[in-house]
Amino acid sequence: MGYQINKTKMNTLFTDLLENYTIYAPKRFVGGGTFADTDCIRYGEISTLEEIEFSEKSDYSFKEVLLPISETLFYFTEAVMKESDPPLKEAIVFLRSCDLHSLNRLDTIYLKNGPVDPYYKRLRDHTHFILMGCENTFENCFCVSMGTNQSTNYDAYIKVTAEEVLIDSHWNLLDQALANAQPFTVVPDSVSINNISVEIPESIPQSVFDSTLWDDYTARCIACGRCTFVCPTCTCFTMQDLFYSDNGKAGERRRVWASCQVDGYTDVAGGHAFRENKGQRMRFKVMHKISDYKKRFDNQMCTGCGRCDDICPEYISFSNCINKVNALVKEENR
Amino acid sequence: MLDLNTKKIKKNAYRITKVRGETASRIRIPGGLLTADLLPKIQEIAETYGNGRIHLTTRQGFEIPGIRYEDMDAVNTLLQPIIDQLEINQVIPGKGYTASGTRNVSACIGSNTCPFANYNTTDFAKKMEKEIFPNDLHFKVAFTGCANDCIKTRMHDFGIIGMTEPQYDKDRCVNCQACVKACKQKSVDALSVENYKIVRDAAKCVGCGECVINCPTRAWTRSTKKYYRLVIMGRTGKRNPRLAEDYLVWTDEAAIIKIVKNTYKFVKEYIDTTAPGGKEHIGYIIDRVGFKEFEKWALDGVEFDEKTIVKGPVYWSGPHYD
Repeated sequence: MGYQINKTKMNTLFTDLLENYTIYAPKRFVGGGTFADTDCIRYGEISTLEEIEFSEKSDYSFKEVLLPISETLFYFTEAVMKESDPPLKEAIVFLRSCDLHSLNRLDTIYLKNGPVDPYYKRLRDHTHFILMGCENTFENCFCVSMGTNQSTNYDAYIKVTAEEVLIDSHWNLLDQALANAQPFTVVPDSVSINNISVEIPESIPQSVFDSTLWDDYTARCIACGRCTFVCPTCTCFTMQDLFYSDNGKAGERRRVWASCQVDGYTDVAGGHAFRENKGQRMRFKVMHKISDYKKRFDNQMCTGCGRCDDICPEYISFSNCINKVNALVKEENR
Repeated sequence: MLDLNTKKIKKNAYRITKVRGETASRIRIPGGLLTADLLPKIQEIAETYGNGRIHLTTRQGFEIPGIRYEDMDAVNTLLQPIIDQLEINQVIPGKGYTASGTRNVSACIGSNTCPFANYNTTDFAKKMEKEIFPNDLHFKVAFTGCANDCIKTRMHDFGIIGMTEPQYDKDRCVNCQACVKACKQKSVDALSVENYKIVRDAAKCVGCGECVINCPTRAWTRSTKKYYRLVIMGRTGKRNPRLAEDYLVWTDEAAIIKIVKNTYKFVKEYIDTTAPGGKEHIGYIIDRVGFKEFEKWALDGVEFDEKTIVKGPVYWSGPHYD
């Protein structure tokens, strides 16, 4: 059902929802950017409509809500172990279409790729998704190429105009809360064209793996991992077992985001690291996003949000790399 | 026949040059930043009244040589729009610069452009210029965005070095150790790892912000408050050149402005009245009357931020040639 309500009523609705839900949305952290007097837009808890950053793309994706950056799984002491408690409240997450498609990739990895991950599931099962529209493309977006520019599987769509809030609800709870609101036909804003487009080859021959194409990245990449930390579909984590420093008999196990781009990712027993070369790391990531994942799960992993290109301090472009690979494959096939 | 008051000319920011009959005009650019539309105005002065050349001064001003003393009034007229646009304090409009003793307040490029800068050096420099100019007393003040000190504040009477107090959100840390490596290789090695999280040695940290710049997850962010290291009484010169030493660490804007302004009163009280041209560097006055007396004057009415560390009494080094 579609509705139109005013902003005050929307904020009242938020207040009501906050009783049972934590609302996460892209939010401007003033002064929270890398450099002096720069902001960061990333996910945080909000309680009013005004706190949501609708006009810009978030630097980091929504994934940290379902996959906390550093998450304690369980605590242990002597013979006893206790799992961490799940959050007391359910969650509502505001996100754009590309990110809602990314949710499918996270679900695939954590719920359908072998045994179900209980720590992901306990958050995922209690999270509702509210779509934010895109009136225009942002720099570096290539959602149209990836087919992620439109979404229908949202719990609600919310658009804020100068005076009103337009809502398209697929969620009973909201329909009930909005029973007295003015019905309105609401169609989510979505872009049909980006400044960037990519063409992904159907299959990538082995020769591309050995191409000198990757050498360029060996020289340019600084292995900071930003591209993977901002990526809504990167799902790697590592484990940290630790004993508390003032009581060596108690401790916890955490899982923490890991990155195939950062040193240590391929470290194995004996001190060997089998992918030290940064060009090889780039190749591994690119192949995972546009080829290997698809071989297992039938769709592309990358959803074209372009955050990796937005954030790279060395101006390495993932979308450009895809097109370079495509050109190489075309050349090979000729 | 020329009949000149050289002392007045110098105070008007003209130089008595080695060439008889010729002066040079010094244009002050507080914070070292100007809009490009001022350049044709400077060009016009150089081409109409100078010898067509412009010297870039070490204090980020322009010096136009080859001006006839007779043309100073005409040059002052052309300087007026530059003075106006840069909002330089002036006693008599149309008569050029009111003083030259307090030098152009200079600044590195700062956070307008530089990723390392911890604050907007230009803005602070302009604010300081507004507070202390015009004044005949010889004061050199410079602002730099970070501990790299590109403007060389340590060769100034007052050097202001930007600092940020790193804020750590351990829940956003992935233990990639980019901060640890950056701190070790580019700064002071103040970070270590304990149970996969980062521990900052606050006593060692110089507030350079490298951890913040290198953090890929925003686990490290900047403090809301801007902090500064105030270094004092550096100098070049014949007798005892020396680098400025730390006086305040983790101080704030208000305290710095107050201390600099208080120092004018101190200098007025103790300057050697027989000093040639009425010019004696502050540092030599402090050497003469003692640091404690300087500090008494400098700190009058100054309120410190709770984080401020006072490093006095300050002792300086450098070679003594006298």
